[in-house]
Amino acid sequence: MSALGILGRKLGMIQFFDEEGRALAATVIEASPSVVVQVKRAERDGYNAIQLGWGEQKESRLTKPLAGHFKRAEVAPRRVLREFRVPDPEQFKPGQELGVELFAAGEEIVVSGRSRGKGFQGVMKRHGFAGGPKSHGSNFRRRPGSIGTIRGTGRVFKGQRMAGRTGNERITIKGIKVLKVDPERRLIVVRGAVPGAKGGVLELRKAHGEG
Amino acid sequence: MDELLNAAQQVQDERPPFRPGDLIRVHERLTEAGRREGRVQVFEGVVLKKSGRGSSAMFTVRKISSGIGVERTFPLHSPKIAKIEVVKEGRVRRARPYYLRRRRDVH
Repeated sequence: MSALGILGRKLGMIQFFDEEGRALAATVIEASPSVVVQVKRAERDGYNAIQLGWGEQKESRLTKPLAGHFKRAEVAPRRVLREFRVPDPEQFKPGQELGVELFAAGEEIVVSGRSRGKGFQGVMKRHGFAGGPKSHGSNFRRRPGSIGTIRGTGRVFKGQRMAGRTGNERITIKGIKVLKVDPERRLIVVRGAVPGAKGGVLELRKAHGEG
Repeated sequence: MDELLNAAQQVQDERPPFRPGDLIRVHERLTEAGRREGRVQVFEGVVLKKSGRGSSAMFTVRKISSGIGVERTFPLHSPKIAKIEVVKEGRVRRARPYYLRRRRDVH
């Protein structure tokens, strides 16, 4: 289940030196404060969660219902709204801000984001099929092979992996290590890559159920 | 966006400015097996090239060691590099003075 977390933006990747002088691949995430917009309780909403808003949004770009939603919480309009399940919603109230202080260096966190869209891709890129030989008279270079039987079933099974739209899907990576937290600049440096392009919105969550 | 990204880079401020062709001394911290505090080894030679920017910047130094040319490439901002000294400024007219390799007396 998703746990307490914050929202942020992928800035890009850098090289990061650890204490032993090793250069690690690292991603820099900017997390301007996420603000609690709504608190959901099991009694009323069926589950416990907080809804966080992040980023700026012009009033004029909101629909009337959304504008009312922000007005009720008495927070400025936000671009992104995301829910985070928490066991203890009483701790939070609308307008409260959460920042990078939630995480500490050395901690392992869970990061979710939307991967880069790659368009219509073949079966080798999309599903990692082996394809055929590239040369020696091969006429079977990147093709998928057989997709079923004629005699046995006479049809193609549902879920048969084929070419199609690739990327632009929600990807969650667990166990991403926090290398550094910079509360002043509101930056988090994590080890390795995270989903999405530069500027993409990310959800950063605590590794375990509760906050 | 880039400004913030740059702010996250771990850059060592005390690196002196040096250029390709300069004779420099690189003080490298070594950690050897079985010992906690490593010693510092000095590698002195001519800067052959500098590349990259931010915390991933690298530089290459060439020296003649017992008659054999040795080139080493270091990360500029590695914490393993204790100090860089500029011994002598060089006079080269290109960014990558590879022609120095063809000389016996690199220094």
